[in-house]
Amino acid sequence: MIPSDKADAATDTLQGGPRRRRGRTGVGRGVPLPLLIPALLGLAFLVVPLIALLVRTPWHSLPEQLTSPDVWQALQLSLICATAATAVSLVLGVPLAWLLARVEFPGRGLVRALVTLPLVLPPVVGGVALLMALGRNGIVGQWLDSWFGITLPFTTAGVVVAEAFVAMPFLVISVEGTLRAADPRYEEAATTLGASRFTAFRRVTLPLIAPGIAAGAVLAWARALGEFGATITFAGNFPGRTQTMPLAVYLALQSDPEAAIALSLVLLAVSIAVLAGLRDRWMTAG
Amino acid sequence: MTRTARRNRRPLQVAGAGAAALLALSACSSSDDSSSAKSDSSASASGSDKVSGDVTVFAAASLKESFEALGKQFEKEHPGTKVTFSFGGSDSLAASITGGAPADVFASASPKTMKIVTDAGDATGTPATFVRNELEIATLPGNPDKIASLKDLTKSGLKVVLCDKEVPCGGAAQKALDASKLKLAPVSYEQDVKAALTKVELKEADAAVVYKTDVHAAGDKVEGVEFPESADAINDYPITVLKDTKNAEAAKAFIALVRSAEGQKVLSEAGFLKP
Repeated sequence: MIPSDKADAATDTLQGGPRRRRGRTGVGRGVPLPLLIPALLGLAFLVVPLIALLVRTPWHSLPEQLTSPDVWQALQLSLICATAATAVSLVLGVPLAWLLARVEFPGRGLVRALVTLPLVLPPVVGGVALLMALGRNGIVGQWLDSWFGITLPFTTAGVVVAEAFVAMPFLVISVEGTLRAADPRYEEAATTLGASRFTAFRRVTLPLIAPGIAAGAVLAWARALGEFGATITFAGNFPGRTQTMPLAVYLALQSDPEAAIALSLVLLAVSIAVLAGLRDRWMTAG
Repeated sequence: MTRTARRNRRPLQVAGAGAAALLALSACSSSDDSSSAKSDSSASASGSDKVSGDVTVFAAASLKESFEALGKQFEKEHPGTKVTFSFGGSDSLAASITGGAPADVFASASPKTMKIVTDAGDATGTPATFVRNELEIATLPGNPDKIASLKDLTKSGLKVVLCDKEVPCGGAAQKALDASKLKLAPVSYEQDVKAALTKVELKEADAAVVYKTDVHAAGDKVEGVEFPESADAINDYPITVLKDTKNAEAAKAFIALVRSAEGQKVLSEAGFLKP
């Protein structure tokens, strides 16, 4: 049984991946209630708070809230920083994911656990940890300061660092999963034909896992866009320099909840627009 | 029958031992009482003798250490009472009170946040100011940048953090700066006073404008520098009994303790000013 299964899977893969049999998954052919009811409840649980936000939006004062230069400044900064953090995550995270998926080394499980640690760390603690590492008196930061004159806290670069710290694990996990699902024999074939391991990675592996990378990048970008705790702790809050949208929303909440709702609506609209746009192009394949 | 009887015996023994322990404990605490009774006489005279039951106090975060000490003292003076605290930002506490949170006493860090509660009709009587809090500059230990005045904070190259203008400490700092016509370019507007202080404690910022009580609570991790302009921006702390209280007697007695000479001593030791 098992050998023939394996052979089946192998021919499947060699013919271009296991095909999904689409005809049979049509809706309406008796969706079991024990699945349908919790699924609908889950959907409602996620969507109702967003609807409540829309219902309570002060629509009459919205145009005035949204045209204020402060809002645009914060939104612009948010988009720039989230994109830069995603770029950093891609440059460092994809090779890290490859290392975890393709290279056997002692303590690999431990390294993987360390990589996912920022996912469970409260972001504010992450921010404090970043201060201790990269701050003016941090264990790395003091050398950055005395050798290059670089201090990251309270700068826009600091925002990018904080967001990348929180968002990169999402990308690494997503890319590593795709790499594990991808057949390593394509790379092996490429190397037996004379390609170096790096060329095989660049010309064979990367195109193969592109949808996974895209999905991971979108996740990381979305996480970076909404980042609050690590950013305000590590980079502080200064309009135009480190005040991203989530920070502006939080501070507006203290004095003017209506403005806070309007601001969150902008963030929501922008992220839905970007995610929907990307989904059509990239994420269906992932 | 015999079985159940035997089974019951052990819990009885345990209960007996527990009761003995409790007796011993209460003997201890009552002896404590008698030793401190002399100094407390002024406070207990102002409170009612028949006070009992639970008191829930919502108080500004800056009051934490002093109020916890006063709560213990209150329970000691009025056996049978239990004081429960909820500390937090005054504005969010005010929001939970107007939202119907069950509380007997509200002590806020600014008249503005108290007004939210009185405007909603959730307080009884007029809130009384029981302490005031003054701003102070928190610098690195040893004051390496030789900061001596508010004006010194405007020196270029100095990293200063302020509270955001939306929070009481930020509003007060801005008032002091405006009164002395100073333009200060901070590196960050922090979300609350503790966050501003943390930036100095971690040595990421050179100075912060915070409350005197925060400098006091931080111990030797920061050094405080007083400045005369702080007189323009002193925060009053009002306290009141809430309308929905289930234990008005005890609530009144707690406020009496806070405003008594004994209570004021605890508060001024924490760095608060007399009203």
